[in-house]
Amino acid sequence: MWSSYLYVAQRLTAFVLAPLVLVHLALIVFAVQDGLSAAEILGRTRGSLGWGCFYGIFVVAAAIHAAIGMRSVAAEFLRWRGWGLEASATCFGLSLIVLGARAVAAVVL
Amino acid sequence: MTHPHRNQPLWWAFALHRVSGLGLACFLPLHFLVLGSALNGDAALDGVLAWTESGPVKLAEMGLVFLLALHLLGGLRLLALEFLPWRDGQATLAALAGSVSLVFAFIFMFNVI
Amino acid sequence: MNRADDTLAVEIWKGGTDGRLAAFEVPLRANQTVLDVVTWVQRHRDPALAYRFACRVGMCGSCAMTVNGKPRWTCRTHVAKVAVERHLTIEPLRNLPVIKDLACDMTVFFEKWQAARGRFEGRTTRHDEVVQLAPDTPARVAIDAGIECINCAVCYAACDVVAWKPDYLGPAALNRAWTLQNDTRDAGQEARLAAVAGDAGCHNCHSLQGCVAHCPKALNPTAAIAGLKRAVFRAALSGDL
Repeated sequence: MWSSYLYVAQRLTAFVLAPLVLVHLALIVFAVQDGLSAAEILGRTRGSLGWGCFYGIFVVAAAIHAAIGMRSVAAEFLRWRGWGLEASATCFGLSLIVLGARAVAAVVL
Repeated sequence: MTHPHRNQPLWWAFALHRVSGLGLACFLPLHFLVLGSALNGDAALDGVLAWTESGPVKLAEMGLVFLLALHLLGGLRLLALEFLPWRDGQATLAALAGSVSLVFAFIFMFNVI
Repeated sequence: MNRADDTLAVEIWKGGTDGRLAAFEVPLRANQTVLDVVTWVQRHRDPALAYRFACRVGMCGSCAMTVNGKPRWTCRTHVAKVAVERHLTIEPLRNLPVIKDLACDMTVFFEKWQAARGRFEGRTTRHDEVVQLAPDTPARVAIDAGIECINCAVCYAACDVVAWKPDYLGPAALNRAWTLQNDTRDAGQEARLAAVAGDAGCHNCHSLQGCVAHCPKALNPTAAIAGLKRAVFRAALSGDL
């Protein structure tokens, strides 16, 4: 039953991520025409509540989505089962949230 | 041992979705660390970004754009498959997702060169 | 290899899981099926060869084997369609324990059928009136799409998720569960939904569609499993799981 709820979380975060990734891709492909610079990135994001929320939601959804995905890969390709698998996937997700929150704080605050 | 039963387009669509997801999950911590370097001031972030100007890194970035587009479009195909009424032509949809991802990657490459 | 134009080079699996391929030369015939080839080998070359068949007309689902790497119903597979340069490799089905030669132990396959609660559970007795099922309702159409399964386990052998996660219920059992979830006369739908939402359940499917590609009856277990996934998704969100 537990993995059913993970499936639901995987699909819910996918629904959240789809439009966010689309905007992210558009920014990467079309907005970064003349090279990346800290001034350009930070000029857009510093003090912006909108971009803060955008990247905040992005980080949480991506962390959950990636952790559940990695759990499936480990279970299927490494035949990993049990509490070790659950603990590792949880640690991976939490690390992503911490690192991601730090990154969002760095570019927004 | 070869597995001829796998040689069908949707098996490869699955393989690409898995590989792109794995690649993105491995890249994500690095991505966050780079952006986090802005905590140490603009110059620190610029220092890392200067490194991305080199050729091989640019090629790797193009690969990441391709993986992200592929995982997004492949994921949208799976959501449509699971949540909308069934439609045939799954292999066509998968091929479409792959081609559009390549287009994204090439536009990115032409923009940054 | 030097051989006459009217013969077929056949390699057949002999032994258990740790067996090996044995080579045979079989006369080529018009309209010959793969099952005909296996039967010829047993009658003329190797009387101890173990394999299963019953109806020979694609109804009983007992003759499935791996032919040149792909799972197939051998009684309805013509040699002309699958032989590569007059060569055939015939092995037992994947994902099932081999008993001997081409005969697999189907126990797990049928146990999973039961674990997915793939049996009709009535709520009426012989004293009640027969319930009508209108043929054009969406539920009845969904049942029709999946009901022709002959339990041959070709989909189960083609499924890589079963290979990677041996507990996974698999396409056949879940396809059966979906037909019953659409049956308005069935009384076991709540328990069945819980069964297919378990850790071995429908959400393990990654829609690789090997089952769809290889099902000899042209059924679509992936679409059935997607239906179950939607039902589990709804139940989880509304707290009914």
